[in-house]
Amino acid sequence: MFVCHCGTNIAGVVDIARVVEAAKRMPQVVYVSDNKYTCSDPGQGSIKNAIGEHKLDRVVVSACSPRMHEKTFRKAVAQAGLNPYMLEIANIREHDSWVHAFDKEGATAKAIELVRLAVAKVSRDAQLHARQIGLTKRALVIGGGIAGIQAALDIANSGHEVVVVEREATIGGRMAQVDKTFPTLDCSACILSPKMVELSSHPRVTLLTYAEVVSVKGFLGNFEVEIRQKARKVDHASCTGCGTCWQKCPEKVKSDFDLGLGERTAIYIPFPQAVPPKPVIDLESCRYMKYLAFTASGAEGKKPPQCRICEKLCPTGSIDWEQKDKILTEKFGAIVVATGFKTFDHSAYGEYGAGAYPDVITGLQLERMMSASGPTGGEVRRPSDGAHPKTVVFVSCVGSRDEAKGRAYCSKVCCMYIAKHAIMLKEHDPEVQSFVFYIDIRAGGKGYEEFVRRAQEEYGAIYLRGRVSKIYQEGRKLKVLGEDSLIGRPVEIDADLVVLATGIEPSTGVVDLAQRLSISYDTDRFLVEAHPKLRPVETQTDGVFLAGVCIGPKDIPETVAQGSAAAAKVAALFSQEYITTDPMTATVDLMKCTGCMLCAQVCPFKAIGSQTMRDGKVLANVNESLCKGCGLCAAACRGKAIDLRGFTNQQLLAEVTSLWQ
Amino acid sequence: MAVEFEPKIVGFLCNWCSYAGADMAGTSRMSYPTNIRIIRVPCSGRIDPLFVAKAFQMGADGVLIAGCHPGDCHYAEGNYHLRRRFALLRPFLDYLGIDKERFRLEWVSASEGKRFTEVVTSFTEQVRRIGPRVALGGPRAETSPAEVEAH
Repeated sequence: MFVCHCGTNIAGVVDIARVVEAAKRMPQVVYVSDNKYTCSDPGQGSIKNAIGEHKLDRVVVSACSPRMHEKTFRKAVAQAGLNPYMLEIANIREHDSWVHAFDKEGATAKAIELVRLAVAKVSRDAQLHARQIGLTKRALVIGGGIAGIQAALDIANSGHEVVVVEREATIGGRMAQVDKTFPTLDCSACILSPKMVELSSHPRVTLLTYAEVVSVKGFLGNFEVEIRQKARKVDHASCTGCGTCWQKCPEKVKSDFDLGLGERTAIYIPFPQAVPPKPVIDLESCRYMKYLAFTASGAEGKKPPQCRICEKLCPTGSIDWEQKDKILTEKFGAIVVATGFKTFDHSAYGEYGAGAYPDVITGLQLERMMSASGPTGGEVRRPSDGAHPKTVVFVSCVGSRDEAKGRAYCSKVCCMYIAKHAIMLKEHDPEVQSFVFYIDIRAGGKGYEEFVRRAQEEYGAIYLRGRVSKIYQEGRKLKVLGEDSLIGRPVEIDADLVVLATGIEPSTGVVDLAQRLSISYDTDRFLVEAHPKLRPVETQTDGVFLAGVCIGPKDIPETVAQGSAAAAKVAALFSQEYITTDPMTATVDLMKCTGCMLCAQVCPFKAIGSQTMRDGKVLANVNESLCKGCGLCAAACRGKAIDLRGFTNQQLLAEVTSLWQ
Repeated sequence: MAVEFEPKIVGFLCNWCSYAGADMAGTSRMSYPTNIRIIRVPCSGRIDPLFVAKAFQMGADGVLIAGCHPGDCHYAEGNYHLRRRFALLRPFLDYLGIDKERFRLEWVSASEGKRFTEVVTSFTEQVRRIGPRVALGGPRAETSPAEVEAH
């Protein structure tokens, strides 16, 4: 038994000496010591020494959460020659000292009981042996934004096959919508496009755009994933991407890529540098599709035009009206989730017009306008009348740091992109005067603070500390009412254009995906990493990794770094020939089993089959490679014939009983 | 002056959501009453009604079960099995003379440290209000922390 002080984290609240004394009196405990930091090298060394010296055959460590250091201590006891599963952890930090700092007496009493509970469990631990199984050295990357692109390229360059699944018709993600990047003002397309092309032409990369993950089965090293390839109605094998179809298509709709500022046709590529540079047909707006739907419905009246212009003009005959959604089933050893973000919908802000004023736009819309390949050809124009704005007001923290709107977190990049916009507006048109309403300026990062200073000092952006209380249309101008809280006076600005720095939120559908992958998400729907500091790109589900803004708001360099980090994790995993499985699986006591097979019915993993005994009885049989150790079968079994190793009925009952000993 | 009654509560927490949520309460340095004793299980679906019955038999004043939110189970559907089991077990315990209010099921995700704190605090208050349990087969033996330690 080893009781950890964890510096003062535990010892500052729990009376360690009393815990040690109490532990000494517990049955089966033959040796108790306490350490300042049990997880440290000397701490682990003391465990190993004590195992040898006192011939210990099982160990309890009373320290932090088993989710923190169970693996560490298992390794330590294994090094001393014990079975690594002869170890239990009493969580006296997260579940005790840290939550009961104001009740030292109660915390100490609780610690003693938690220790007794662990002793009860450890004394019933059995030796367990992990098994080795093979793995598929092939990775799936979900999301083709910059995080996914970076992860996929790094995995592919380390010699492994990668499949990238992207929901949209092109890879590139949000970065492709951005015109320039802060603080270097690099042209976003110029640095992103080569990577997109590199990915699509990489011999070890398979790109599945316009596709979605439908289901995920299996586990680390052996995932089986169903992917839906949505019908494009265009045969990409023969299509050359010549562009005739989308130049001639008569049906125009608002472009999602240009955030409603521009138009695209029904057969389209989202933007000129799209990868693959081949179009898809938007089934909802295509005239022929509407015609088909109309005739199929048998409705009376005027039929929509049959159109089919793209089909008539296509030089390679690539339009395929018969094409349907296809389900592909693929095997992978690891999965990287890089699903990115969308921007906050500012219609929640009634005081800013809730989207009713055409000249109140979002930062990303301004970005599209500034882009040379954007809807205005790189000119900043008011959506209402196409005039060049001269007075521009920026409003920070729209959908960030605003608990009233359910967004308590900081979106991290907005302060920087406002500064960038202020600089670029001045470069586009020297007569522009920018006003920035901010709460705080958050410019942590290399060259970031200097960049904001430049926006203020060289480019004359006027920063006003305070929130905007109201925006309304007055003639051709927008009246912006705010406050300069530093001088404590209300401010009124007649603006030509208002740019809302809308915050970041996770992509649509991320919760569904998380549930399919059995990974966690937080209350803001960002995906949860295995450890916020030390395992930032891993999840609690082995073999599933994260990268980029799906974890939380971050800028491009951080996102790229995480893409590479996730790739490094995948490469390290794939450098092994075998993986070891968790031995905490279900096991059947054939003497007790009656063959009712209730266990097989409740098993979510179809891990329980039947076996015929020599006397003809048919009894339950666990396939250990499929069993994930949930224990549903053990709870369901009427005869207590099936049990879960590591969490046996006997152990759990002993834990309960120990609380009254 | 009468010493305020300190109930003893057993908490069965699933490893992936609620146990992690309890850890989160710790890492966020939140604070809740010390009455709960947490037992880790891989999945809330692992919880056999027998464990709950055993806890009450031993003298538990309350039993809290916490698992992943519906749809979020690490094992896809374990919490649904538990929910059904809970719905059957609760009235049955009531029938045996164990107040329904002593047995609670909550969904707490890995990020909901705050929610875990609230759940434990309110449940502890609730059980404290109901008062000590009369153990099946005799009055409940009062134990103070000092006595516990003396064992």
